[in-house]
Amino acid sequence: MAAETITSGPAATWLRKRSRISAIEIVFWLAALLPFVLLPSYLSLASQIAIAALFALSVDLVLGYAGIITLGHAMFFGLGAYAAAILAKHGWGEPLTGLLVAALVAGAAGFVTSFVIVRVQHLALIMITLGLGLLTYELANSFSSITGGTDGLGVEIWPVLGIFDFDLWGYTAYGYALAMLFIGVLIARRIVNSSFGLALTGIRENNARMPAIGSAYRVHLQKIYIISAAMAGVAGALLTETTGTVSLDTLSFQRSADVVVMLILGGTGRLYGGIIGAVIFLIARDRLSDMNPQYWYFWIGLLLMAVVLVMPGGILGGLSRVFRWGAK
Amino acid sequence: MAVVLFDGFAFGMLLFVLSVGLSVTFGLMNFINLAHCAFGMLGGYVAVVAMRAFGVPFLLALPFAFLAAGLVSVVLERSFFRRLYRAGGLNQVLFTIGMVFVAAASFAYFFGTGQQPIVLPDYLQGYWEVNGLRFGTYRIFLVAVSLVIAGLLVYGLEHTRFGARIRAAVDNQRVAQGLGLDVDTIFAITFALGAGLAGLGGALAIGIVGLDPSFGFHYLVYVLIVVAVGGLGSIGGSFVAAALLGIFDVAGKYFVPDMGAFLIYLFMVVLLLVRPLGLFGKR
Amino acid sequence: MLKKTATAFALGFSLALAMSSTALAEGTVKIGLIMPYSGPFADAGAQMQAGIDLYIKTHGDEVAGKKIVLIKKDTGGPNPDVAKRLAQELVVRDHVDVLAGFALTPEALGAAPVATEAKKLMVDMNAATSIITEKSPYIVRTSVTIPQINYAFGKWAAGQGIKHAYTLVADYGPGHDAEKSFARGFKEKGGEIVGADHSPVANPDFSAYVQRIKDAKPEAVYIFIPGGSQPAAIGKALADKGLTPPNTKLLGQGELTMPDAMKSLGKNADGIVTAFHYTLERKDPLNEKFVAGYEKLTKGREPDLFSIGGYDGMHLIYAALEKTKGDASGDALIKVAKGMSWESPRGPITIDPETRDIIQNVYIRKVEKVDGKLQNVIIDTIKDVKDPLHGAGK
Repeated sequence: MAAETITSGPAATWLRKRSRISAIEIVFWLAALLPFVLLPSYLSLASQIAIAALFALSVDLVLGYAGIITLGHAMFFGLGAYAAAILAKHGWGEPLTGLLVAALVAGAAGFVTSFVIVRVQHLALIMITLGLGLLTYELANSFSSITGGTDGLGVEIWPVLGIFDFDLWGYTAYGYALAMLFIGVLIARRIVNSSFGLALTGIRENNARMPAIGSAYRVHLQKIYIISAAMAGVAGALLTETTGTVSLDTLSFQRSADVVVMLILGGTGRLYGGIIGAVIFLIARDRLSDMNPQYWYFWIGLLLMAVVLVMPGGILGGLSRVFRWGAK
Repeated sequence: MAVVLFDGFAFGMLLFVLSVGLSVTFGLMNFINLAHCAFGMLGGYVAVVAMRAFGVPFLLALPFAFLAAGLVSVVLERSFFRRLYRAGGLNQVLFTIGMVFVAAASFAYFFGTGQQPIVLPDYLQGYWEVNGLRFGTYRIFLVAVSLVIAGLLVYGLEHTRFGARIRAAVDNQRVAQGLGLDVDTIFAITFALGAGLAGLGGALAIGIVGLDPSFGFHYLVYVLIVVAVGGLGSIGGSFVAAALLGIFDVAGKYFVPDMGAFLIYLFMVVLLLVRPLGLFGKR
Repeated sequence: MLKKTATAFALGFSLALAMSSTALAEGTVKIGLIMPYSGPFADAGAQMQAGIDLYIKTHGDEVAGKKIVLIKKDTGGPNPDVAKRLAQELVVRDHVDVLAGFALTPEALGAAPVATEAKKLMVDMNAATSIITEKSPYIVRTSVTIPQINYAFGKWAAGQGIKHAYTLVADYGPGHDAEKSFARGFKEKGGEIVGADHSPVANPDFSAYVQRIKDAKPEAVYIFIPGGSQPAAIGKALADKGLTPPNTKLLGQGELTMPDAMKSLGKNADGIVTAFHYTLERKDPLNEKFVAGYEKLTKGREPDLFSIGGYDGMHLIYAALEKTKGDASGDALIKVAKGMSWESPRGPITIDPETRDIIQNVYIRKVEKVDGKLQNVIIDTIKDVKDPLHGAGK
């Protein structure tokens, strides 16, 4: 790390203050436990929301904090999903090691592509992430003997910690996904509230300036990109493990676009923005498509448009302006 | 070989008509309109309705598609888009994606989810044979139309008063306003022109790729690739990029069919790495 | 310890809900439909739904004293993870008795474990990969399998004296299955495949592939592509290069000449030979009634393979419920579904008691002008075809 880690003095105190856990966060996590008791028949939905939230969080790290706009993050999500699935297909269905392998595979892919990513900006950056995502999708389709092609793979996953079997209701799925989301948030908030995180924000705000004040901005960007890729990979592996299936769809442009939509909807650069976005987007989608399976996306579209007009900056952005919430 | 090049070029020209409007609005007005292809879809459906319900011949349905998409876009620009010119890229993305959702659902609701079949007039079907090589008639038509459009656009922007106004308004809004130019109107007209061309592209596309409510999403990626590779705001760039992409796509599939789906993306990634601003991008 | 509490919780809840549901569900049979109502395959979902609606409209919504209730769930495209979640929710929240729909193979595969675990009948009304029925003992298929049609078609084509064929299929699971099974049938009868290409699934422009075919100058071309925009696109590309019958024989699975595609193809469709399990124009009173009813219900849309899969899927559920006298448990339904035979608008069909897959006629059709209108005219019928892959260790 190029920036020195500061451990004492006023700067450190300020950083510590920034990273203090607020009451609202505690309420949020307690509320996340409620579905276990109140809405057990919605647990499988809740587990998929938690997975989407973790994925959105990983995108927030690069998009919200480092300013890398990506339309290809499903690449890492899908790589993680396939890593866990292929591992399980070959006889090792232990979930936690599956997550670890997924993180390594996706992180490695993030490492390789990060060299490309830091060289470009603006539209070229968006299009290169998109292009790499589409290339990965096509590759997975070509290697159908390994990936199962469009049919996907169905896999056997062992119980979590050898005790919790993945049940029809989704108790294990949600508990497992929620625990991983919690860990993800802890890691992410540690990163963004460190001097490294501040350097990233600096890059986002003015990337011509950071090298001038001695910040190795390319290395910083690469580092956060790799971390984010690994986190997206874990999210993908969680989806494989909680559903016992994986398909090309995990790598699709649609998934990359959806996660960015969720993140912007919730509010970027706020840690909880992606989570709130995932919760609102997926619950709205579930409820609306239940009421109107054929044309529900009309209403989703209206929702997105309305949010932009009423609360530019996303839902959390809008709320924080209204209530003066958050870390400010 | 000549036929492959020609086919690719013709497909590229379709992409050019679909995407040039986005290049202009994105590049000149800095507005990321992901709903651009939704205007293409609108044009397509207008052409279908005109032909089927009112018996309008295909060639006459094309200007209808252009006008309808342009008109609708003016209404939307006046009521929504112009509030977003300064709202930042992410808000524009979210808003226009929402709009694509709404458009897709609306067309599915009113026209059903199926393909919209149209029958092209006889004189646009079949092929012309030159030295034993067969050139599709419709593709020849497509190339001709796009060349005319490209010519008009370049002439209009570079050599007319209105073109000069657009360039002035875009280069420096404040100064242009100070000089007494009605920047608002100029923006609205530019926007309408871009969307109208997308509408025309949508109508032309039915003859090659078909039309259904997913059109607005489906061609978004292709159109974005053309815009990025060509360079923002450059009409010549879009033209060259579209032609290259079309030729690359078709020739790639012809010579290395197993790589068919990869080449176009690979081409884009490599090109943007070498020239991040695209072929003719200025900023 | 934790596990015990969780299980106790789950058990308590399911018991409580199960009791309340049996009390409520006394007079109803709930069918959970899992289909792509939106997204790129929305049209398949819409057509299947119309087939299902037509069956209920013509046969009433009551069978064996029970009222049929449909619960529709949208997957939004090929999303096995969503399909699996929806299946779980339908079982634990909505307490459905039957899972049905499934337009796409990955979605059927995703939901299969739920059918097994919950012991519910699962009716595959479209997804056409052979292995699906092997994934759960509760799955029955009322659509078709790709090898079923194309293996028979390959043999038929070679039997007609066609010696050299070029195959072009969409580059995905069903396309590969079609290519393999057509080639197998074709070669067994002495034919030779002179070239094989794969086109990307979302391929907008076919000119490159068609040019390759033209260069190879084959006697016949075999094509498999998904329905939707592609049949018309490929047909136009073929016509642009003059690769149309009678100069070049065009063979394909029925999607190639589906009603919408025929309309956009116009005269270029003339002479194309396709194999399919359902033919819109088949002369048969049952079919004519089905088509007329369907067009009335959908205000002019013609039924296609999705519609007939949904329609016959509903028939299977109705007939099975009648036999079990309203017992909607998965075990009872699957037992009577095995070996069931009936007369469908597509012709006679049977559920194979061993594989729970469908046995049906494969019709060879040729596009011809009838009363000035192009139609698929049946020129040959291959009777009682089974899927050739089951038990082949695939």
